Amino acid sequence: MAESRPELLDLARRVVGWARDGEQVEAYVSSAREVEVRAYEGEVESLSSADSAGAGIRVVTGNRQGFAYAGSLDEAVLEETLAEARDNAAFATPDEHVGLAQPDGVEAAALELWRDGLAGVSSARKVELALELERRVRAADPRVRGVRVAEYADAQVEAAVASTAGIAVSSRRTACNLAAMALAEERGETQTGYGLSVGRDLADLDVERAAVDAVERATRLLGSRKAPSARVTVVLDPRVTATLLSILGGTLSGEAVLKGRSLFADRLGEQVGVPALTLVEDPTDPRAYRASTHDGEGLACRRNVLLADGVLQGFLWDSYSARRAGSASTGSALRGGFKGTPHVGCRALALPPGPHSPQEVLALVGQGLFVQAVSGVHSGVNPISGDFSVGAEGLMVRGGELAEPVREVTIASTLQRMLQRVVAVADDLEFLPSSAAGSTVAIADVSLGGT
Amino acid sequence: MIEEAVVRRVLGAALLTGGDFAELFVEDRRGVSAALDDGRVEQVSSGRDRGAGVRVVVGDTTGFAHTAELSESGLRQAAEAAAAAARGGGGGVREVALTRRPVRSRPAAVPPETVAKAGKVELLARADDAARGAGGAIRQVTVGYSDSRRRILVANSDGVLAEDDQVRTRFSVSCVAAGDTGLQTGYQTAALTVGFELFDRVEVEDLARRAARRALTKLSARPAPSGVVPVVVASGSGGMMIHEACGHGLEADLVKKASSVYAGRVGDQVASPLVTMVDDGTLGDDWGTFAVDDEGRPTGRNVLINDGVLTDYMWDLLRARKEGRESSGNGRRESYQHLPMVRMTNTYLVNGTEDPDEIVRQTPHGIYVAQLGGGQVNTATGDFVFGMTEAYLIEHGRVTEPLRDANLIGNGPDVLRHIDAVGNDFSTIPGTCGKDGQSVPVGCGQPTLRVTQMTVGGTAGG
Repeated sequence: MAESRPELLDLARRVVGWARDGEQVEAYVSSAREVEVRAYEGEVESLSSADSAGAGIRVVTGNRQGFAYAGSLDEAVLEETLAEARDNAAFATPDEHVGLAQPDGVEAAALELWRDGLAGVSSARKVELALELERRVRAADPRVRGVRVAEYADAQVEAAVASTAGIAVSSRRTACNLAAMALAEERGETQTGYGLSVGRDLADLDVERAAVDAVERATRLLGSRKAPSARVTVVLDPRVTATLLSILGGTLSGEAVLKGRSLFADRLGEQVGVPALTLVEDPTDPRAYRASTHDGEGLACRRNVLLADGVLQGFLWDSYSARRAGSASTGSALRGGFKGTPHVGCRALALPPGPHSPQEVLALVGQGLFVQAVSGVHSGVNPISGDFSVGAEGLMVRGGELAEPVREVTIASTLQRMLQRVVAVADDLEFLPSSAAGSTVAIADVSLGGT
Repeated sequence: MIEEAVVRRVLGAALLTGGDFAELFVEDRRGVSAALDDGRVEQVSSGRDRGAGVRVVVGDTTGFAHTAELSESGLRQAAEAAAAAARGGGGGVREVALTRRPVRSRPAAVPPETVAKAGKVELLARADDAARGAGGAIRQVTVGYSDSRRRILVANSDGVLAEDDQVRTRFSVSCVAAGDTGLQTGYQTAALTVGFELFDRVEVEDLARRAARRALTKLSARPAPSGVVPVVVASGSGGMMIHEACGHGLEADLVKKASSVYAGRVGDQVASPLVTMVDDGTLGDDWGTFAVDDEGRPTGRNVLINDGVLTDYMWDLLRARKEGRESSGNGRRESYQHLPMVRMTNTYLVNGTEDPDEIVRQTPHGIYVAQLGGGQVNTATGDFVFGMTEAYLIEHGRVTEPLRDANLIGNGPDVLRHIDAVGNDFSTIPGTCGKDGQSVPVGCGQPTLRVTQMTVGGTAGG
């Protein structure tokens, strides 16, 4: 496991060099080194260390695409994988728009997403962080009865993509995080709260904040009950907003538009949201957790404005969908590691900060429901029809302040209506381990389902 | 997959730093998938992934390392890394004697690798035609085919040596229909732990028409109500509700961390006497069926709740060792890159005696859920949600108007107590279960049942 790897870009280029005449070949090669430490009751519950690497190969021949991957960087295996991808291409329906990304001259942002320091951190230090996190969660409040999760995790990821179209880029990044789930109990009732801290190396991590966040979120829900069904204004916690933006991002994919699966397909240039709403996708913002210099096809990532003052400005494209739509790639191809082919997706959505603090947003709303967490997003939000219905827990807002806790309720609306009912966006932009950053957002006219 | 002598030496290396327990898990996975979208076969993909994970346990600490290098030196390095992570007290050479377990999953009648890719791709177009033929309002169709063959070897310092060969095949269709009210969706999946013989049992055209009909029906759907109502859940996908409402809370790892509302409740009446709940990794060819779990333990049929009384939890090896009992065959992992934990296999509620139509007739007002689309639970509080992807109003004992998608929310123990009717029409469906970032195939099932009160999260007045 310790031996050095062949340079990834060299390897990707070598695979591309095996292309036959008239054949387009793209090789995506990646490797990752990951460590995860879990603490439980003052002991290390587990310490996992992992090295993994692999390659995904696309072949385009006669307007048909084939793909194959292997969890190995062995050249003989990659030769077989290329042959398999070539064989697979024969079964696709010919499509004149199929093809690899063509270099478009857009310069990649100079982002430093790699920290040398992370590689030098000892396992002992990582263990200590996980133990300290657990200790602080337990010590923060007498009502903390247990810690379901207290973990430290990090990753050093390198990737390269090369193609016969002239793409040859590589990138690397580091990431680390602390996560805790506190269990608080009072009078036989249990509540949970999740806290986290993320960064690129240890200096970015804040153990106290992760611990306090987990504990506060659990304890403030103690004594919660169902609320009566009503039409309310909801104030979304930044994490909930990030979840909502990620779903919204999916509806603005050019691929969804082309294939008749976007509720915004015919609405370019229209006022789809309130004028206070601007939505930007900017993977070149180094603060974004999924910031990246290049997209999954090797084109430069770039800043894309999706909504400006509530008006729909455009969609996101990868090279295939752009070619089909007669548009240009927005550098928005994502890859789920070496096992997947590129598809359109978001990395770094954010709402530019509004003029109010979160407290001012609560005051502005007066009466409503502050939503701390939602559940059932995958089952309850239909990004094609726009129907939105999720489980929620949080605190009632009364007189502009947080009041009694609420659990086991649902909140429902449609994505279309929610954009038109945004009351305020706060100034507390927070970068989260997600494809979107979050901020406190108030949305009116939402159905609360309870008793 | 790996010679027995090599396995013994790798386990020996893992125990060198004084581990109480060591395990080697080797996996070789191959698969083919094909997708049709927008009328075109977009792509056929194939993949191969293999490697090994080594786990060493010292006291309450587990060290784990994995490698894609299956040579003896690669395996030994992983073993040493896992042993270093667990750092036992005393060292010393220990010999491990292995006993091979004879149990294996039923071989596929038609192994997927023996079927030409053209034969797999042809299914996609047939489903696309059938779905589009179901109505002019069908605007988009996505069809997916995938097969996988997963060979595993598990050996541990208790002397276990087990191997399995698990073949799975899946076919799914999703449709988008367009109408005056916007876009609506419908999907249908067939997935079994079998080879290409899946298509002797499942007609892809039929599957496609069912997905299309669901999207078309919803074009005239009205917003779901909001508030507390009686809910009748149709046979099959309602198993998802059992999985979320109760299954996760009976996983011993969560129970032992006091993260479950069912902790300390064995012997208690936790559900309506109509409820008998089982987790069964041997159930037919279901999606969660396999012979040997990822810790080398044969799967079995485990009764969790009997006539409403909690009888047992589900166990993996580590949790069971601590309690001085046997694993229940529920130790699973997504791949060799993951540590095993307690997971469900096929989890279901057994048949009752009532006629499902009669259950609806005896419900004056409520919601009839024909298909569920997944869910989520907080095991510590028991609160769970699941999505309705095909649902109707029940008015005067009759299923009437279709409803738009919405979530239902409930509390597991509450819902189990409020089941007041169980039908005799048991069936199962395939699903994917996620826990702590790992996904595994599971099955779930139930007969038609009624819950007297659940909260539905629609936008219309209750």
